[in-house]
Amino acid sequence: MNRFEYIKAPSIDEAIDMMDSTVPEAMVTKTGGSAKVVKAAGTDLLDLIKEGILEPGRVIDLKNIPGLDKLSYDKEKGLAFGPMVTIADLENSPEVKKHYRALHEAAAHAATPQIRNMATMGGNLMQRPRCWYFRSNGHHCRKKGGTTCFAQIGQNQFHSIFLTNVCPCVHPSSLATALVAYDGKVELTGPEGKRVIPLSEFFTPSEVDVTCENVATSQEIITNIMLPPVKSGTRAFYVKHGQRESYDWSMGDVAVVMQMDGKKCQDARIVFGAAAPIPLRREAAEEELKGKTISEKVIAKAAEKALEGATPLAQNGYKVPLFKNLLKRTVTEAIG
Amino acid sequence: MANPNKKKIVLPVAPDNQAHGPVKHLHSKKVKLPYGVPGHGLTEMEREVSIDEPPPLPINEKLNVVGKRTKRADAIYKVTGTAKYTSDIQLPGMLYGKFLRSPHPHARIKSLDVSAARRYPGVHAVHVLKMEPGGSVERDSGHDAPAETYNIEELPLLRYVGQPIAAVAAESQYIADEAARLIKVEYETRPFVLELDKARQKGAPIVFEKVIEDEGNEGDVGVTAAEDQEGNLRGPSTGSFLGGPRGDVEKAFAEADFVLEREFRTQVQTHCCLETHGVVADWQPDMLTVYASTQNTAGVRDDLAELFGLPKSKVRVITEYMGGGFGSKFGAGHYGVMATILSKKAGRPVKLMLSREEEHISAGNRPNSHQMLKMGFKNDGKITAIDLTSYGTAGVGLGAGVGRIAQDMYECPNFRTAQYDVFTHAGPGAAFRAPGNVQGVFSVEQMIDEAAERLGLDPLKYRDVIDKHEVRKLMRLKGAEAFGWEYKKPGSDPGPIKRGFGMAQGQWTRFINLNSSATVRINKDGSVAVMSSVQDIGTGTKTILAQVVAEELGLAAEDITVKIGDTLYPDGPGSGGSVTAGSITPAVRNAAYKAKMDLLGQVAGAWDVEIGDLEMKNGDVYSRSDSSKKMSFGEAVKKMRTNQIMATASRPDDYGGFEIGNGIGYGRLGSVQFAEVLVDTETGFIKVERVVAAHSCGRPLNPMQVESQINGGVIMGVGYALYEDRILDLNTGHQINANLDQYKLPYSKEIPKIETVIIEHYGAFSSTDASGIGEPANIPTAGAIANAVYNAIGVRLYELPMTPQKVLTALGVS
Ligand SMILES: Cc1cc2nc3c(=O)[nH]c(=O)nc-3n(C[C@H](O)[C@H](O)[C@H](O)COP(=O)(O)OP(=O)(O)OC[C@H]3O[C@@H](n4cnc5c(N)ncnc54)[C@H](O)[C@@H]3O)c2cc1C
Ligand code: SF4
Repeated sequence: MNRFEYIKAPSIDEAIDMMDSTVPEAMVTKTGGSAKVVKAAGTDLLDLIKEGILEPGRVIDLKNIPGLDKLSYDKEKGLAFGPMVTIADLENSPEVKKHYRALHEAAAHAATPQIRNMATMGGNLMQRPRCWYFRSNGHHCRKKGGTTCFAQIGQNQFHSIFLTNVCPCVHPSSLATALVAYDGKVELTGPEGKRVIPLSEFFTPSEVDVTCENVATSQEIITNIMLPPVKSGTRAFYVKHGQRESYDWSMGDVAVVMQMDGKKCQDARIVFGAAAPIPLRREAAEEELKGKTISEKVIAKAAEKALEGATPLAQNGYKVPLFKNLLKRTVTEAIG
Repeated sequence: MANPNKKKIVLPVAPDNQAHGPVKHLHSKKVKLPYGVPGHGLTEMEREVSIDEPPPLPINEKLNVVGKRTKRADAIYKVTGTAKYTSDIQLPGMLYGKFLRSPHPHARIKSLDVSAARRYPGVHAVHVLKMEPGGSVERDSGHDAPAETYNIEELPLLRYVGQPIAAVAAESQYIADEAARLIKVEYETRPFVLELDKARQKGAPIVFEKVIEDEGNEGDVGVTAAEDQEGNLRGPSTGSFLGGPRGDVEKAFAEADFVLEREFRTQVQTHCCLETHGVVADWQPDMLTVYASTQNTAGVRDDLAELFGLPKSKVRVITEYMGGGFGSKFGAGHYGVMATILSKKAGRPVKLMLSREEEHISAGNRPNSHQMLKMGFKNDGKITAIDLTSYGTAGVGLGAGVGRIAQDMYECPNFRTAQYDVFTHAGPGAAFRAPGNVQGVFSVEQMIDEAAERLGLDPLKYRDVIDKHEVRKLMRLKGAEAFGWEYKKPGSDPGPIKRGFGMAQGQWTRFINLNSSATVRINKDGSVAVMSSVQDIGTGTKTILAQVVAEELGLAAEDITVKIGDTLYPDGPGSGGSVTAGSITPAVRNAAYKAKMDLLGQVAGAWDVEIGDLEMKNGDVYSRSDSSKKMSFGEAVKKMRTNQIMATASRPDDYGGFEIGNGIGYGRLGSVQFAEVLVDTETGFIKVERVVAAHSCGRPLNPMQVESQINGGVIMGVGYALYEDRILDLNTGHQINANLDQYKLPYSKEIPKIETVIIEHYGAFSSTDASGIGEPANIPTAGAIANAVYNAIGVRLYELPMTPQKVLTALGVS
């Protein structure tokens, strides 16, 4: 761990003034102890610093800024929560449990109870990938500005099966899988003011810029996360599969949000987590469900479609049948 | 100077491996000791023992303290955080050490510059390790005489990522970490090899050009002659300390009704000690004091005395609390030697604890294995022949043998083995909870199940046909009862999630370490203490010593102060090989008995009765013949003529002598475990729901602690079966999961319901008749789970760990 300056920002505006880079920038372009980055609970940030792969000059803590940990639900407007809302807050919110079942499930199955109590949702969306080469100080891979992807030629059993060309790391956030399925949006605040973007556009694949995972810029802070209201007839579920139950990173997770009219599916959003460098919509599978009466056969067809175009690596071919089965279970559970 | 190439053999095997006759006693007596299992034909065994031995201890039922569930003596200090582990030690002026380690799996150091590190504010000492190249045990790379200066040409070849190069000592851990990074090194990298199969091929990069002259190979063993080293291959070992090949294997295969031949693979498992390896070394002109996280205080003292040319009396090693070793914490270790050097240089105490990453990559591991097992069977179930060829790599270390289960567990007249160590450019292996036997059960016990299926027999009943071990038979019976064993057809559950039942058994040698002494001291104020250098590595040694003394003196366990883990006290055994309870408790009982006789002698004098007429029980001293003569222990000690009574005793040979050498006892510690699993055939997820573990450790001194050891062994076995795997990047030689996030240990939800069955078994071996349990508890678990997984899905997995990936692949869905 390098020496760095530590400041608690009193307000959003001041935090924006004090910061000058995102963590990805601090790891690639603003290296050598010069970058000024923000911190929420630090469950990811401090790990990066301790592993020696991030050397910030200044760490700006957001935790003293008032009002960032509010969660509200409104029948008309939907769900909105601040970036300092923790995973445990989501898990324990009766509104989330009642109206956003897939999100509740995702929160309840993320990390460990201790981490959930600390980890914030702003930090969750901004956390860096868990690819073991990325996390290792001994491997200067593409994501850190190098030229090699060690995973493509090495140990890739937990890596992507889609969008594997440039950097087949998987996006680490399992909450994002559910948030994208609900068509969530984020509000980013920067020196020029606020902008709101759908989460499906917030996350960017490695083809766009391998060194970062989203569109946030040097002086932007997530200030709000919003989900549209749920209509009656919405059926949703989320399933996460790891090697362990107690806590483990996802080997595959699936979120499904369906608009049902009796047995008939009017609309569907299907998202895979730990399948690609971004939470991955499976539109072709969604199309298989839309307008159909849901049966085992329809589900099986959708599952086939969902895995079309998969390009598994040398060691992760098992993820293809895994995702098929997870998708079948998630849909069945959602409507069941 | 110590030979850096010599490695210590951990297991207490006599150098000549020759059985010797029983020790002759000037005065001996014949005694009758309990023999067998209470409730199952318990009898008595007559032994001729030294006249000094205490009278035979009756079975547990007739005792007051020993054999009773007794609260761990130091539990309160552990749960309240007041227990001081090595990592908690703070000394005035203490510095912190940090290693610089090799980032390359194979490289020569071209240049090295420590000047920036030396100049860094807060740094007090820097040391570069000079080591004779060719040493096989880089883990103990400090085993050269610590040199003050070095030539660049003399610096050792780097043979694995993590090999120590140099270290600094500074005023804080942060300064030390930063300074270590300032050491500039230029490397000339060389080709390397990491995989077992590739390292054996012609033309593979060679790990050691020189022949490694280790004495033996602690994993399994059989001493392999150093001449048998070719390329990266060393061996074969054709036997073990239990003997060599026997019979005519080829003939027996020809005569068999059927022959099974399978290949099995097991992974590298790291020890993951919660307290990492490390010491605090304090070099003073008159005394070197070292607080060490070790399984062997006396061993660390001996190492350091030898290396630094100090008399043993001037080296003191202290281990009051210890956070896990599992076989990997025996010698001084490279960290212990380095901390001592740095302390000597800086003139201040130095603390050097490994980081979690260093712990994974440089502090030992269980070697992997590739086993080719062939067994011949008769249609009546008899095993006609066993042939086992195995390869395994302990990286730059030795000890990958796996053969003792195949050799020794089932009766089979024809046995042959060829076991090879394969050197690779990876961190050194170390003894790990039942070295060799855990791997061996995974192959042998799966094959026994396959044979049972072929014979149309319930695998449990089949073992009754082939297993001659009487106590294990009882374990099968009682274990099956507790488990509700009922044989189920493999893969017969409908639906995607299938339930399976399986069992496996294991075996461990009864090792005794005769270097086991203790002192018992009775003070005139009525306080009693027992002292020995033996350490409590978390198994509960402190508590059983208190129980044994309390039983002898008629007191309660809480009345006894236990002072152990300090080499100022009489030498105790190293805690490994499951030797501790069986080795130290007879010494402790004998010392307590001597002290008691001394006390009773003085009381008898005061009362004018015979010593033999006096008894100590329930806190009282009384005459058996005259009920008016009775007083409390507190009053009795007032009769002492001196302030203190002190007696020291050592572990005598087993009653009836040893089977082999002066440390391998007769009889084997058997074990049988049953597992119930659920296998999700759509996701490959395996859940171990329940384990019933039936064990025996001779006389169970404290059933609560025995259960605790069994729980730990089972949990570790679950980790080995399903999760743990040291993953090396084949392109860079780095372990990419050198943390406790991606190196997966079982956590709360992975731990099955564990039920223990303890068979109280008396062998008339010593004054306490106790044996160990640490290793037996871990041996059969992975084998039992593997058999249960097969029973669930009807497809056998031949490779560990059994991950979702492997299950899906085996089922042919991916
Ligand atoms: C053992 C373990 C298991 C885990 N398992 C899971 C899991 O199963 N599923 C899952 O989804 N996650 C998991 N995580 C990740 C965890 O959820 C994240 O580390 C956490 O949510 C990050 O939040 P934080 O408040 O600690 O962020 P920090 O560590 O403080 O920050 C993380 C990043 O976000 C940036 N940041 C923080 N807040 C803002 C903001 N408001 N605006 C802009 N940038 C910001 C920081 O600069 C930094 O780059 C796990 C983590 C651990 C340690
Ligand atoms: S997958 Fe991405 S993060 Fe991992 S090594 Fe390749 S480039 Fe780096």
